[in-house]
Amino acid sequence: MTDIAIDIQKMTKLYGSFVALRDVSLSIMDNEFFTLLGPSGCGKTTLLRTIAGFEDITKGAIRLYGEDIADLPPNKRPINTVFQQYALFPHMNVTDNVKFGLLRLGQDNATANARVGEVLELVQLTSFADRLPAQLSGGQQQRVALARALAPNPKVLLLDEPLSALDLKLRQAVRLELQQIQHETGITFIFVTHDQEEALTMSDRIAVIADGQLQQVGTAREIYEAPSNKFVAGFIGETNLIDVTVTDVSKGQATCTLPNGVAFNCPASDGARTGVGHLSVRPERVTMTSPAKGLLQGTASRQVYLGTDMHVEVTLDDQEVVTVRVQSSENNHVPAIGEVVGLNFEAGAARLLAD
Amino acid sequence: MAKKLDIRHFPGFLPITYLCLFLLYAPLIIVMIYSFNDSNSITNWGGLSLRWYEDVFWGIESQKFKKAALNSLLIAVAAAISSTSIATMAATAMLRAGKFRGKSIGFALINLPLMVPEIVTAVALLVFFSMIGFTTGYMTILVAHIVFCIPFAYLPIAARMQSIEEVYEQAALDLYATRFQAFRLILLPLMTPGIISGFLLAFIISLDDFIITNFVKGAGIETLPTAIFGAVKQGIKPNIMAISTLLLLVSVVFVTLSYLVGRMGQNKK
Amino acid sequence: MAGALTTSKASNNSTYAGLGNLLMLPSWLIIGFFLVLPVGMMLIYSFLTKEFRGGIIWEFSLAAYDQFFFDRGLFGDDPAKIEWTYIKIFWRSIWQAAVATFFCLIIGFPTAWFIATRTGNSRSIWLFLITIPYWVNLLIRTISMKFLIRDTGPMNEFLISTGIISDPIHIINTNFAVQLGLFYSYLPFMVLPIYASVERYNFSLSEAAADLYASRLTILQKIILPTVKPGIIAGCILVFVPSLGAFLAPDLLGGAKNFMIGSLIEEQFKGNAGNWPFGAAVSMILLSMVLIVLTYYARQQSKEGRR
Repeated sequence: MTDIAIDIQKMTKLYGSFVALRDVSLSIMDNEFFTLLGPSGCGKTTLLRTIAGFEDITKGAIRLYGEDIADLPPNKRPINTVFQQYALFPHMNVTDNVKFGLLRLGQDNATANARVGEVLELVQLTSFADRLPAQLSGGQQQRVALARALAPNPKVLLLDEPLSALDLKLRQAVRLELQQIQHETGITFIFVTHDQEEALTMSDRIAVIADGQLQQVGTAREIYEAPSNKFVAGFIGETNLIDVTVTDVSKGQATCTLPNGVAFNCPASDGARTGVGHLSVRPERVTMTSPAKGLLQGTASRQVYLGTDMHVEVTLDDQEVVTVRVQSSENNHVPAIGEVVGLNFEAGAARLLAD
Repeated sequence: MAKKLDIRHFPGFLPITYLCLFLLYAPLIIVMIYSFNDSNSITNWGGLSLRWYEDVFWGIESQKFKKAALNSLLIAVAAAISSTSIATMAATAMLRAGKFRGKSIGFALINLPLMVPEIVTAVALLVFFSMIGFTTGYMTILVAHIVFCIPFAYLPIAARMQSIEEVYEQAALDLYATRFQAFRLILLPLMTPGIISGFLLAFIISLDDFIITNFVKGAGIETLPTAIFGAVKQGIKPNIMAISTLLLLVSVVFVTLSYLVGRMGQNKK
Repeated sequence: MAGALTTSKASNNSTYAGLGNLLMLPSWLIIGFFLVLPVGMMLIYSFLTKEFRGGIIWEFSLAAYDQFFFDRGLFGDDPAKIEWTYIKIFWRSIWQAAVATFFCLIIGFPTAWFIATRTGNSRSIWLFLITIPYWVNLLIRTISMKFLIRDTGPMNEFLISTGIISDPIHIINTNFAVQLGLFYSYLPFMVLPIYASVERYNFSLSEAAADLYASRLTILQKIILPTVKPGIIAGCILVFVPSLGAFLAPDLLGGAKNFMIGSLIEEQFKGNAGNWPFGAAVSMILLSMVLIVLTYYARQQSKEGRR
């Protein structure tokens, strides 16, 4: 079960002189729910489209279960796509939309109809079989698009921000459904999104992309807790970046000096070097205490109420701001603005980043 | 009190608009009215009658006009079908085939018939046909009509194609359709309103053409406009007004149809 | 950068990439063979020698252009003087087309503006009403105009019967009749492009200008006109260019005295006085005038585009 479904080797994609993807190498496993995450314009959709076959690649290789598919047109690849705005054929009803791919593969009408019944049941749309796309709600259209792409039983299913057109409540429900369908069908899903929450909750593994380059690949937990660089740390969740002077890095451990001169040992990302560096600490891993007991000292400068939580911003002596997340319950002491506090965090909660 | 500054509306524009409509329609309406005149002279009003319509269909000159009308119709249908097909292919090349060598000059080519003055096209074709020994007749008229109908058919077809996102065809390719299947099963059905509009406009343009037809038609072959022009050279007679009214109605019906089809297409989106 | 991305994207992965020239082939064949080639032939013909009673002799000659510009007397051996006959016809054509364009603009601009400032359904109905006459046979429209303005036509009858005038106004076979005919033929061509540009105009710009203390006149001059100008230029060209080579209006409404370029060309190819090289030369002069106007227009357009 550890076959590689999609294997991308040193792929580069140029549009004229514009580099859309630079030297991307990536292996996506069989039966994996894999997410490509990044801000808009980062190249994640381009990467998806090269896998689908809508874009040719400038350099590199792309294999599907070991077979080189770089030169195959999209209609020769056993890969299907759920498009961002669904792209349901407006002049065909739900059945004909779902059946479209089956008929092109040469299935006879009866076999195709039986398969259409199966997938419509899977997405719970059996009673809408005769409707035109325009007569369906956004959520239903999304499910038709999913059914249409699943019907030919592709080896890999590509989903291009399929939830972005839905409203918040529906999006949360569909996430679960998508995960369930992925488990039931056992098809490899490659999911593109710019929404980190979507990525964290659904995926087996996530690839973070920025500026056409792969930043980090890992499970949700790895990416959140052990971001490899400043971009990943800032893009996934919120984090504090504290300027430090690194005196030693070895075997994933770093020794550094905090802004107030205190020495500190913590895990380091691959590629972290000595000299000026950044320490990433999540706001919920920082605690406040009396100034004397703290690793760092500063003045509470702002409070932001967020419902269940509160952010307290503490300005250090060198004017850096560290955000601390506290639960906004009554028995929690929240420092008043202007109060001097100490800040603490464990060595395991901090991480020295590669730049 | 501050007066509201209304930059949208200028006093006097409404009356001018009415004047514009009046100028455009008055001559046509007068001719329609006089086509029902029960008098032999076109000057005097002799009461209402349908006698000139009877004359058009069954009178002395009716054979000539019927034959001309049939010619016009056949040529218009053939020219509209051909130019619509050619324009559809051209629009696909311009909007769906990416960049290719000769694209911008191809675009200029499609619009060339609109740029060359009609009278120049007319005499150039006349001279050309006589030089290559292409006997004037139905074929010369048809070929000429196809040429100048292409840009007219192209306009609504290209406009429609531009409004259809290419992602539908990509979805078809993704679902194992060949490019030809993507064209036939997806693009073409979605294009239908634009193609019908293009067809109707090309049909009207062909039906209306006088100048080019007048030059390239062979001896003895008349279309409705050339027959009317020939008759008018001897002075306007009441039966001409009846024919004009009929032809006018045909145009109005076709343009209305084309307009409605265009709107239908928009509403569907 | 986003723009660069999308344009180059389209070039790479279009559905029918690689089929462009194949799909263009029918257009090339038909328009190339039956328009480009014939017009090219005309250019060659204009440099050949004429044969009596129509036709040509394949011998290089500048006689056609010489005849257009110079008068060398009956036997062709007098010192060359400028020949004014044809230049006058061209000048008259330009004048007639310009007058028609001017009146189209005077009537067309307010109409286009009025329609563009309507909303919803009423706008599309107005627009539809303006478009219909354009699709009605030009010949029929010209005949209608001729019928209307004859000395004994309905207009004069009406004016005499109401006592406004006692003698019919003589319009037919005058320069004015031709101008009226051209105006009437091409008026919708003026309205539509102006309408399109006014419709695109964002009226909150006027409000923003008014908010910044601009007067009504200033708004018109500095904000509206620059935006609407391309539409006005397009409209003027769409009226002027076909008017220049018009055949029906001068022929039916102008009579023999008010010859325009179209009739001059026609005469060289139809009548017994046929002179093909001369007709070809006149056609080429007309075509080059039109192309100059259109090139000017294209330049303007691309300038607007770059802004």
